[in-house]
Amino acid sequence: MTQLWDFAGGIHPAENKQQSTARPIRAAGLPERLVLPLQQHIGEPAEPLVEVGERVLKGQKIADVTRGMGVPIHAPTSGIIESIAEMPVPHPSGMSDWCITLTPDGEDQWRDRHPVPDFHSLDRETVLGIIHEAGISGMGGAGFPTDIKLRPPKDRKVDTLILNGAECEPYITADDMTMREKASEVVSGLKVMAWILRPERCVIGIEDNKPQAIEAMKKASEGTQIEIAVIPTKYPSGGEKQLVRILTGLEVPNAGIPADIGVMCQNIGTAVAVSRAVFEDSPLVSRIVTITGDAVREPGNFEALIGTPIDYLLEQAGLESQKVSRLVLGGPMMGYTLTTTAVPVTKTTNCVIAATEAELPAPPPEQPCIRCGQCAEVCPMDLLPQQLFWYSRSGEFEKAEHLNLFDCIECGACSYVCPSSIPLVQYYRYAKGEIRVQRAEQIKADRARERFEARQARLEREQQEKEQRRKERAKAAAEAQAKKQAEAEKAAAAGDAVDDRAAKAALVQQALERKKAKAAKTGPEETAPASSSDDKPDIEALEQQLNQAKSKLDTMQGMLDDAKAQQADNVDKLERAVAKNHDRVQRAEQALADARKALARTTESQTSD
Amino acid sequence: MAFVQQSSPHAHNARPTSRVMLWVILASLPGLLAQTAFFGWGNLINVVWCIAVALASEAAILKLRGKPVAFFLKDNTAAVTGLLLGLSLPQFAPWWVSAIAVITAIVIAKQLYGGLGSNPFNPAMVGYALVLISFPVAMTTNWAEAAMLFQGAPGFGETLARIFSASQTTVDGWTMATPLGEYKHKIASHTAAEVLGHPTFGDGIARGWEWVNAAFLAGGLLLVFLRIITWHIPAGFLGGLVLMSLAFGSNADLYAPLSLHLLAGGTMLGAFFIATDPVSAATSHQGKLIYGAGIGVLIYIIRSWGNYPDAVAFSVLLMNFAVPFIDHYTPPRTYGHHKPRRGLPGKNQG
Repeated sequence: MTQLWDFAGGIHPAENKQQSTARPIRAAGLPERLVLPLQQHIGEPAEPLVEVGERVLKGQKIADVTRGMGVPIHAPTSGIIESIAEMPVPHPSGMSDWCITLTPDGEDQWRDRHPVPDFHSLDRETVLGIIHEAGISGMGGAGFPTDIKLRPPKDRKVDTLILNGAECEPYITADDMTMREKASEVVSGLKVMAWILRPERCVIGIEDNKPQAIEAMKKASEGTQIEIAVIPTKYPSGGEKQLVRILTGLEVPNAGIPADIGVMCQNIGTAVAVSRAVFEDSPLVSRIVTITGDAVREPGNFEALIGTPIDYLLEQAGLESQKVSRLVLGGPMMGYTLTTTAVPVTKTTNCVIAATEAELPAPPPEQPCIRCGQCAEVCPMDLLPQQLFWYSRSGEFEKAEHLNLFDCIECGACSYVCPSSIPLVQYYRYAKGEIRVQRAEQIKADRARERFEARQARLEREQQEKEQRRKERAKAAAEAQAKKQAEAEKAAAAGDAVDDRAAKAALVQQALERKKAKAAKTGPEETAPASSSDDKPDIEALEQQLNQAKSKLDTMQGMLDDAKAQQADNVDKLERAVAKNHDRVQRAEQALADARKALARTTESQTSD
Repeated sequence: MAFVQQSSPHAHNARPTSRVMLWVILASLPGLLAQTAFFGWGNLINVVWCIAVALASEAAILKLRGKPVAFFLKDNTAAVTGLLLGLSLPQFAPWWVSAIAVITAIVIAKQLYGGLGSNPFNPAMVGYALVLISFPVAMTTNWAEAAMLFQGAPGFGETLARIFSASQTTVDGWTMATPLGEYKHKIASHTAAEVLGHPTFGDGIARGWEWVNAAFLAGGLLLVFLRIITWHIPAGFLGGLVLMSLAFGSNADLYAPLSLHLLAGGTMLGAFFIATDPVSAATSHQGKLIYGAGIGVLIYIIRSWGNYPDAVAFSVLLMNFAVPFIDHYTPPRTYGHHKPRRGLPGKNQG
């Protein structure tokens, strides 16, 4: 007996499975046209490989994913490509998307097929390639490409391979009927996956409300090491995380994958598809779909080609269209309502419920939460649904995230039991959506901020470099000036004037000396050479001074030009400085000219003497 | 054809609030029957009177608040508040005391805080505490003496006349203190044996009261069985009371014995019907245990060392204060996480 564990919470909704298990699986046959959405599951949409008007064979690849994650799409039967256009696709929003429409020619003519006689002789990569080329993606939930899933991360070893036959949602019986009628295909597909992964344990988990499926699977797996684990019926035992817990006692880490704890789950339908791909070279072109609900006379399961319009299947099940009030794709707990029957079966379509008003009545009006805690009692993830509800409703998303909002699997157990009829799951979806939008906006804002900051930093750096250059220039100028000054001082050892004020003083001095000299003209002759020798350095000093003032003026003028170019706010100041320096230069020139005249006069007078 | 557009889940098996409340009312009937059998018509009249006042005041305040009256009256929550007060108040409590308690509960404690689901305090206990503090004489001298119905207890008409009469004269032979009050009062000057010899306590633990408590226990277990309440709050409540009694009350000459704590006064009514009011209680399992235990411990403290003989109302209200705090620190460990995320966002991320 397989050891089983229990998971928290869970509910026991009315099963409503007997309606669709009374009849064997029926072949749905060929509808008038098949509509194949280019995107049927998570990952990238496929790109068409065919032209409108082209004839294709059954199993021919008609679209493939060239970039990113995804698997190819095949023609479910032979026929003519009628169009490649936007058509309504099964989606909660009722949106349209790109689809290839194929008109069957009725011949159902296969492309050449090359089944593998013994897959054991191939290497694993080749078999994974076959699975990829057969267009197989998970047929239970989000439709993750099976070949990618079968390649767990390099550092993870899958010890336990689980085939999920729990099928815990009410109404849905596709896996149940598949196990009853196609047990050997399920087992052979499982064997292929087990051969790829080499797990220590291979177990099929089936809820105990499917005795016939259990019997069939036990029989088909006789002589193999496959375990058939009969698990108690409790929704949502078929949730991946819950089934892992039931069968291994381990929990998938949050934000992790089952492979992190050495576990992998695969779907019953996926196993059949793998078996067909490997042993028949038949790609995924059909699947089992449950058509049920009180608005169909003959509910049951259909083997339908991918792309079969749902109205065609409903018709086959005896739809009484006036009775339908709600059309649910998937189960009553997690499925979504359709706006139209004109959508096709995709690789992940497992059930359509055409429900009457009495069957799935509108919920009573929402009442205030009385904090009764029924929701927490049934939550299979051990969350606090009522706190999540308050925080979601009041927009306190940080608190909702803190209480692990993103661990919610949206199973609907909390809404199912809520005595106040609060659509809890809807609140969580809203909060998750808002948080995702906020995060995206946050990332966008962060990028914008980074860009802005980078620009600011660049401008600042440029400014600093300019400043640096300016300082260097100023320093060089100052040094040059200091040098000249030093030279001038050296030259004017007698303490001659350095700047214009000193020059004036010097002029006064000179004038005094000239007067003295004039007065002394009649005086002793020997003073004259002395005075003339005194006069000469005077001129030199004045010349130096003039040069100095000129260079200063130049520097100032340069700075002013710079400042004007940069529209700096010190332009006025610099203009004043330039004007001042201009004056200085003029004065120095004047002084020099005066000095020269004086000198000439002295020389004249000396010569005349 | 236009199909109904609805978010999942599409199936519902809600036991609506109104039915939950109806079950609470039904589960309280054994206790009410026992009360009537041992203490006369008083409780039954109180229950009817309190429910009537509760519905009337709920309707009035809903109308004042501009809320749909019928929609909210049908949820039966006001009726339960009235019922709980009718079961808790003294059998001969004057009509106006009951009315004040009920109006306070419905108008102030429930509706002025936002109505159903928004009240931080247990409305019935707010009403009870208010009248207990405001009218201590009326609230302590109007307890009926235990006597089998039809065997000397006041008749229906007499009880009715007494509750609704203008003058409130105490009639000897009709009323008495509760066993807990009696014990507390007398133990200071008597031995346990002497106190327990008093007819108040009868041959059993507390004449009549033990049956009333047993009946409420039975009704409470029914609620647990029906999953209307979980076992956590009653278990914490009774566990806290028992542990305190074992730790401090071993000397019966000083403190009331454990049996009296459990089977006299409002213990079982409090544990299964009052403390379990979900709106004002803690939410997680662990939180409920702590919340219940806190009430049990406080009841023991107030009964033993406080001024009031019974303490359910004060204990419940005090623990109501602690609920947000308890809730922050007692979330369950979510699947796939190593530990629960206690406290507020930004702290103890785990």
